[in-house]
Amino acid sequence: MTTRIVELRRGILKKNDELAAGLRGRYGAAGVLVLNLVSSPGTGKTAFLERTLRDLRAQGSRVAALVGDLETDNDARRLAASGAPVRQINTHGICHLDADMISKHLEGWEDVELAGLDYLFIENVGNLVCPSSYDLGEGIRVALLSVTEGEDKPLKYPTLFNSADAAVITKMDIAEPCGFDRELALKNINEIRPGIRIFETSAKTGVGMQEWLGYLDEERRSRNG
Amino acid sequence: MHELSIVSSVVDTVTESLTAYPSARVLEVRLRIGALASVVVDSLEFCWGIATEGTGLEGSRLVVKIVPVVMHCSVCAEDVELESLQSFRCPRCDEPCSDLRQGRELEIESFEIDDSPGVENTEVGA
Repeated sequence: MTTRIVELRRGILKKNDELAAGLRGRYGAAGVLVLNLVSSPGTGKTAFLERTLRDLRAQGSRVAALVGDLETDNDARRLAASGAPVRQINTHGICHLDADMISKHLEGWEDVELAGLDYLFIENVGNLVCPSSYDLGEGIRVALLSVTEGEDKPLKYPTLFNSADAAVITKMDIAEPCGFDRELALKNINEIRPGIRIFETSAKTGVGMQEWLGYLDEERRSRNG
Repeated sequence: MHELSIVSSVVDTVTESLTAYPSARVLEVRLRIGALASVVVDSLEFCWGIATEGTGLEGSRLVVKIVPVVMHCSVCAEDVELESLQSFRCPRCDEPCSDLRQGRELEIESFEIDDSPGVENTEVGA
């Protein structure tokens, strides 16, 4: 038997990474800041995004959203109530969004031109594991955590929290009745991703939203400057 | 549970490279997987048999090498290996580290083939 070793040294997700790099170039050329929102199911991504879209539109920003779910267009319909253009991506069982799905759903989106947007939000499938491997070309990856989930979530899912650029704590309006230990949650997030910006928010009361919108504005300006 | 998609990508990539070795039999495929890559090695191995069935890789072994997480510590001015994923601090000086240098790899390192002359015929005859 003659055996030989063929060296490949190739990224397994090379195709996704190449597509994502292409998307990143398009977003940059269009001057749109793209955010990828990732969390467990039930954290309140949709409620947080609804509020963000509404508040951004109220201050005159041009926004749109792509929303990923295994099935149903319920979230897209909820988000569309904000008045922003929204497109649903149904993955039919796949546990994450990938760059190809984003690329296909940007094509032929009638009311949306990337160059006409300030922000594009991508609400990923509710999952704290798989989305961390797939680059969507986003400028900012946001990990969300609600006060009902337990302060040790970042320690349980370090791969996702470590890959995030910003963290958002949701449902702060019910932090007290839930016995949420704020200090511990902040410490755990910082232990996994030292120095990350953390926003403590409530989509219901609007607490923390000003700071969040300020951050978005700052990031968009610094990237387009 | 995206390990099946990952394994399928590996099978596709190696299959493409195999066109250069038309009569070869694949013995082993070696991956380098970062400790922060969000991939469960047991699941990769479990999916390997399913994903290689009916392909030129059927019957081959999957070997996974875990790549540890390495951060750059600004205080020590050195790259340091993390001891656990529960704390991103320098194991020497305890300084929090945010500069990741290694640990997210999802890479096909190499594959091993048997390309002895007539290996294909032996297989058919067997």
